[in-house]
Amino acid sequence: MSDNPVFDQIQQEIDSNSVVLFMKGSPMFPQCGFSAACVQILTQMEVKFKGIDVLSDPGVRDGIKDFTQWPTIPQLYVKGEFVGGCDIIREMYENGELKQVMDDKGAEYAS
Amino acid sequence: MPMEASEIESMIRDAMPDAQVAIEDLRGDGDHYAAHVLSPAFKGKSRVQQHQMVYQALQGKMGGELHALALQTGVPDDA
Repeated sequence: MSDNPVFDQIQQEIDSNSVVLFMKGSPMFPQCGFSAACVQILTQMEVKFKGIDVLSDPGVRDGIKDFTQWPTIPQLYVKGEFVGGCDIIREMYENGELKQVMDDKGAEYAS
Repeated sequence: MPMEASEIESMIRDAMPDAQVAIEDLRGDGDHYAAHVLSPAFKGKSRVQQHQMVYQALQGKMGGELHALALQTGVPDDA
């Protein structure tokens, strides 16, 4: 347990879901171009992921930035580990590294 | 308040004096930038750590007054 209850909430999400995208809006209705781009990449890869809308929870919206030490949203976690924000995700997707990470960490794919 | 490209560049240079920095104003609106940063200091660092170093150089402006900064980081070939 940490001092910040939001950190516990975030930790629980990334512990209990193998791929988590903290984003603005929902995967169905992203409300920011960067979040939409990440959803599109994960969807194209057919990776199962949980999207967490930070706009609907101001505590998480601020908390996730401190939790990750990362100033922007979206943020992608795979098996509890921070992989990157939109630029990194895009770069890793394009050079095949993202698929490698998903496979190495045992992310689930939609069947 | 949008930031000037020159301000972004000088903040990165102040924190990372040996970095090569190129800033591009993507839409010409002073609000959406791309930054290419090459520095020997990135050597041995993960991409996440490299980006965190640039964000640190920007002292909290990223995600605040600096809305969109597409980052690309790397180590120069001769480092």
